[in-house]
Amino acid sequence: MEHTSLLERILRGVALTLVVVFFMFPIAWIFMMSFQTNETILRIPPQLIFEPTLANYTALITGKLVTAAGTLDIAFMRNLWNSVFLSVTSVAVSLLLGVPAAYAFARHKFRGSEDIAFTLLSFKFAPALLVLLPLTLYFQKLGLANTYIGLIWVYQLICLPLILWIVRGYFEDIPADIEYAYRIGGHSWFATFRKIALPLAGPGIAAAGLLAFIFAWNNFVFALVLASADKQPVTVGALAFITSSGIQYGQISAAIVLSITPTLALALYAQRYLVEGLSLGAVKG
Amino acid sequence: MSPSALTITSVDKFYGPIDRGVHAVKNLTIEIGKGEIVALLGSSGCGKTSTLRMIAGFEEVSRGAISVGGRQVHTLPPVRRNVAMAFEGYSLYPPLTVRENMAFALKAARLPKSEVDAKVASIAKLLEIEDILERYPSSISGGQQQRASLGRALIREADLHLLDEPMGQLEPQLRAVLRGRIKHFIKERGLTAILVTHDQTEANALADRIAVMEGGVLQQFDTSDRIKERPANLFTGTFVGEPPMNVFEAYVGAAAGRINLRLPDGLSLDYDKDAFSAPVRNELLSRERVVIGIRPYAVRRSKEGVPARVSANQWLGDQTHIAADFAGGSLVLVEHDRTRLDLGAPINVSIDPKNLHVFDQASGKAISHGMELA
Repeated sequence: MEHTSLLERILRGVALTLVVVFFMFPIAWIFMMSFQTNETILRIPPQLIFEPTLANYTALITGKLVTAAGTLDIAFMRNLWNSVFLSVTSVAVSLLLGVPAAYAFARHKFRGSEDIAFTLLSFKFAPALLVLLPLTLYFQKLGLANTYIGLIWVYQLICLPLILWIVRGYFEDIPADIEYAYRIGGHSWFATFRKIALPLAGPGIAAAGLLAFIFAWNNFVFALVLASADKQPVTVGALAFITSSGIQYGQISAAIVLSITPTLALALYAQRYLVEGLSLGAVKG
Repeated sequence: MSPSALTITSVDKFYGPIDRGVHAVKNLTIEIGKGEIVALLGSSGCGKTSTLRMIAGFEEVSRGAISVGGRQVHTLPPVRRNVAMAFEGYSLYPPLTVRENMAFALKAARLPKSEVDAKVASIAKLLEIEDILERYPSSISGGQQQRASLGRALIREADLHLLDEPMGQLEPQLRAVLRGRIKHFIKERGLTAILVTHDQTEANALADRIAVMEGGVLQQFDTSDRIKERPANLFTGTFVGEPPMNVFEAYVGAAAGRINLRLPDGLSLDYDKDAFSAPVRNELLSRERVVIGIRPYAVRRSKEGVPARVSANQWLGDQTHIAADFAGGSLVLVEHDRTRLDLGAPINVSIDPKNLHVFDQASGKAISHGMELA
């Protein structure tokens, strides 16, 4: 940056501001909406000055939605908890299964290893809706429909291939000789995996986990079809704001703000890993 | 020979399916005594590193057996083979300092900390890396990393030390110093080492015996002097020795008590038949075509020799390398004094039959070296 001229710096600043405004505007607008009532939101022309209210948030947190037609129970906090629970456990299960698998695919070329890896990736090709119909029937037969276990299982379709392929690229980037050096020094295969491969692939694993978390969190269709009210995550739960007496924009906005906060916080915290992970792992894998 | 430290018996290595994949090592049999330093010498892709990695256990043995100290090891995982290895790519653990990297190798041995420190200090001194012990691998030069990696291998007490191109990245002066020290270190402790290298100077300086490999086949396994004096075949003859051996195809002719070796371009080397010993003479006369080899040091300039024309003349500071157009090819000779010869100058060269290496024209196998049959 030291060699850039003043003009260049100004132009750069302007360009950056434009990009930030463009991408941040919807979020900023939603953030503002979450502090307004439906009346002020729907005013034409829209106004930037309003009297902020916390009513939307209290409604969400207490679970009592007061509309013109009466009081409605909403399970938003329950949904939020479902989202957290489903995403965290899904990613945890995926990491547990995917990281050793990724290591195996990266280090051991066994018969059909490429085919298996590709099959796992192909789970991501199939449109979710296509998979859902037979899946729903099976799940109803097996008694897995509308259970956390069933949902977490289905979420593996989202998380597992992602983690597997990103982390595999990371493992492949570690020179095998580093592991050999450790093994020849009198350590077992498993100790090598734990002490050498895992720490070296750490940033990649973190990035893959984070990305999988975001995808799991944002999932809509699987949960819509397979989960009833008490197991629904926020993405599906938000439908409850479309009531017989109108769409509750204020509450929807507040719900969005609350539901993007965890992922946003995570993403900001791990931004560095995310960029590194995606540029190093996924491209090469 | 002292008890064997390593025995490799009829080992084959295929990359890919056996008998159909790439045949990297072919029917290799080698026995190395305890306390010996052996160099595996060959050009890239000759199978030397594959051999080393099979001994270490990083590559499967496709066929055959490997024993270390009398124990069959080729089916054991690396951890149970008790061998130490210095990797060509260094392979230091990035999150650990050089000191920790070296001490790490001793962890499995569970030595007291004071002993570990003492060992690290002595190896670091040997390799001149005392001042970088607290640095991380990413912040030191390639040569320093290589020495750290070498240190990590030498610090261990293993049945066998495998060194893969251990000094490739070092500066020439340092390399010369370290060669001596490392050899002393290995000999003093009675360690057995196998060194993979493509640098024959290194092989000569460090190793007791050299195994020359080419195309996955062991060409010759002998001391460096014997490899130079009695190369088993044309490959070893031309591969080992600097500058390389001069070789020419020759037709053997005999007339009136003389033997002549007719070279291309109508030249001929003419000898009295008594200049050869009887067995060599008989062997020569039984053939029509042979390949003859002459070390550059053995070619002499003389008044009545065979004519050649100077094509290059290099004074290296301690010797002169003269290349000459000769018999449709090029002949290199080495002289110890500075020689003033202009390009294109005619010279005459003579070759003493005592210095003549004769090889079979078809197989390249050595027939005779000077006065003795191969």
